[in-house]
Amino acid sequence: MTNHATTPPAATDTPMIVMESVEKWYGGFKALTGINLSVRAGEKIVLCGPSGSGKSTLIRCINHLEAYEKGAIRVDGITLGDDSSTIDAVRREVGMVFQNFNLFPHLTVLQNCTLAPMRTLRQGRKEAEATARRLLDRVKILEQADKYPAQLSGGQQQRVAIARALCMGPKVMLFDEPTSALDPEMVKEVLDTMVALAEEGMTMICVTHEMGFARQVADRVIFMASGEIVEEAPPEVFFSKPSHARTKQFLGEILRGH
Amino acid sequence: MGLNEFLFLLAGLKWTLALSAIGFVGGGVAGLVVALARTSGIAPLERVAASYIGLFQGTPLLMQLFVVYYGLALVGLKLDAWVAVAIGFTLHASAYLGEIWRGSIEAVPRGQTEAAKALSLNYVSRMKDVILPQAIRISLPATIGFLVQLIKGTSLAAIVGFTELARAGSIVSNQIFQPLLVFGIVGALYFAMCWPLSLYGAWLERRLATATR
Repeated sequence: MTNHATTPPAATDTPMIVMESVEKWYGGFKALTGINLSVRAGEKIVLCGPSGSGKSTLIRCINHLEAYEKGAIRVDGITLGDDSSTIDAVRREVGMVFQNFNLFPHLTVLQNCTLAPMRTLRQGRKEAEATARRLLDRVKILEQADKYPAQLSGGQQQRVAIARALCMGPKVMLFDEPTSALDPEMVKEVLDTMVALAEEGMTMICVTHEMGFARQVADRVIFMASGEIVEEAPPEVFFSKPSHARTKQFLGEILRGH
Repeated sequence: MGLNEFLFLLAGLKWTLALSAIGFVGGGVAGLVVALARTSGIAPLERVAASYIGLFQGTPLLMQLFVVYYGLALVGLKLDAWVAVAIGFTLHASAYLGEIWRGSIEAVPRGQTEAAKALSLNYVSRMKDVILPQAIRISLPATIGFLVQLIKGTSLAAIVGFTELARAGSIVSNQIFQPLLVFGIVGALYFAMCWPLSLYGAWLERRLATATR
């Protein structure tokens, strides 16, 4: 990551993401229950909670990988509708990093990064490749540009996935358990990349159980259970004085052995 | 067997190649449409495609050719033999290829579609750039297997009057009374068409596999 001499832009009061009473059902199972969430531009949110608590579902609603039944979601002033035009508009603003990387295995690292800018943003190959090389350099993996994903380690693949999302110039980055599929020794390189991105002022929502990361970069930590937001607080409060019993129990389980 | 008889077989071979080419192209194009309809996520379209596949997989090719050529003629639609055969083979091949490719498209991990959507790639680009290149690789053994079957299946076009390789073989055999020799040669000619296709398929599979490793 390049060293910026400038101070990182602070979170502003402009809401970048607004979720109002969002409800999501899987048949008879309520996955999200009246979610209200407002994320300011530049803010970093860490979402945690037990498995099945709806945290992944929540961020997947933001770029409409999951449809939701009730409520409204606005991203950068665009109200997410069911029509493909607003969905496309939102997806252009929102980058996503998945637990299993989901790189395109038949394309090289460079091609993974240039595909969407060339197709969606109509960039020329030269422009797209220049952007891709710059961002691959930022995640310190430029020397692997001509390799295929399967030739890289998990940590390297995840950094490529971050670069690929950044190539679209997103205003928001969603991370869905980005280090959960990694071998322990590779977690740090991915977290370091995310920390650097946070320091540059990116608006981020991260579903993760890396509590060290949460302490270091989060403006707010949100705890979810059974499809609801149970508690949200700045990390120093969240970890030292959680107010709900379920949060305490969860923290007890997750911090054991740390 | 003289040179004339052999040339007659080669003339039959030419028809077999032409019929196969029609089946490949027609079946490939229509098969892609069927596979995309079958995986469209639009329920009525998926049901139509599934019924289409069920109908043409469940009835013999011989009968399909017969119906298209003679059956339609009975209701006043007299088709040229070429047109009839082109339609028959396209229906038959597109049902099989459509089903093979549907399976391959569905075998591509769902995360690939999600990543493509998250990058705001539209449907055409998702299919063309992300899903189909991976699905094609998965489908290669089954696709090549079916195309080899199709080459051999072209012999059924004899029913609508084509003197393709197998029919040419029967004719020559009836003239010179050396069935073993004649059909031996016919078999060798089929083999000469199908074997390279199988080899090509195996080569393509290896090449695509190394590209992603």
